[in-house]
Amino acid sequence: MRQVVAWFVLITLVAFLLAGALLIHPFGYPPSDMDDYMIANSQAETANNNVVAAVLFDYRGLDTLGEATVLFTAVTGVLLLFRALKKREKKT
Amino acid sequence: MLSKIVRTISNQLILFILVFGLYIIMHGHVTPGGGFQGGAVIASGVVMMIVAFGSSEIKKSLRERHLSVVESSGALIFIGMAFAGMGTIFFYNFLVGTPVFGGIPPTGPNPGNVWTGGVIPLMNLGVGLKVIAGLSAVVLAMALFSSGEEIEE
Repeated sequence: MRQVVAWFVLITLVAFLLAGALLIHPFGYPPSDMDDYMIANSQAETANNNVVAAVLFDYRGLDTLGEATVLFTAVTGVLLLFRALKKREKKT
Repeated sequence: MLSKIVRTISNQLILFILVFGLYIIMHGHVTPGGGFQGGAVIASGVVMMIVAFGSSEIKKSLRERHLSVVESSGALIFIGMAFAGMGTIFFYNFLVGTPVFGGIPPTGPNPGNVWTGGVIPLMNLGVGLKVIAGLSAVVLAMALFSSGEEIEE
């Protein structure tokens, strides 16, 4: 029974992933005006030569905030975990 | 702790790694790079020192508590810069045109100037501090744990 479920889950997952890989849009489609706008205006609007930095910290700043939060949470979790493991080891 | 050759070379190399990482962080708005990348460079320098000298030796000069302070202050710089533009909108680049990092480069190819970018160099600095301290603290905690050393309270 467990094997049947495992095979079912495996085949469904592979089917979905293959469908996702095969049905993906071709590169650069649908065309968007956003990148052209950023390349044309980032120097005038954000005073940045590096368009990537302008997108990362200005146009899409909220995404970077989320990324920083992820890093902060990960570090906090690792430190908490290793301190707790250390204390438990000391007790026994 | 590794052999004396490795320790000596690491001692010479760490200076260049720190300078290069700081260069990547502070030139993030002119050349490729930024806070995350430069912070990763410096953190890998710290990892090199931990590998060469052993975590118990590094623990004497690099405290986990101080790393936490550095990381939190980096996050505060980042959030503070985001909130400081709140007069217009969240994450508004309010420093463009002011004397601090306010130069506006000409549109199109130009040689680049560090004194541009508005809040972005300061945000890069904050994120860089955060990444340096965060990755170093993670690696230090893991190394101290696996070597059976006391993690400082």
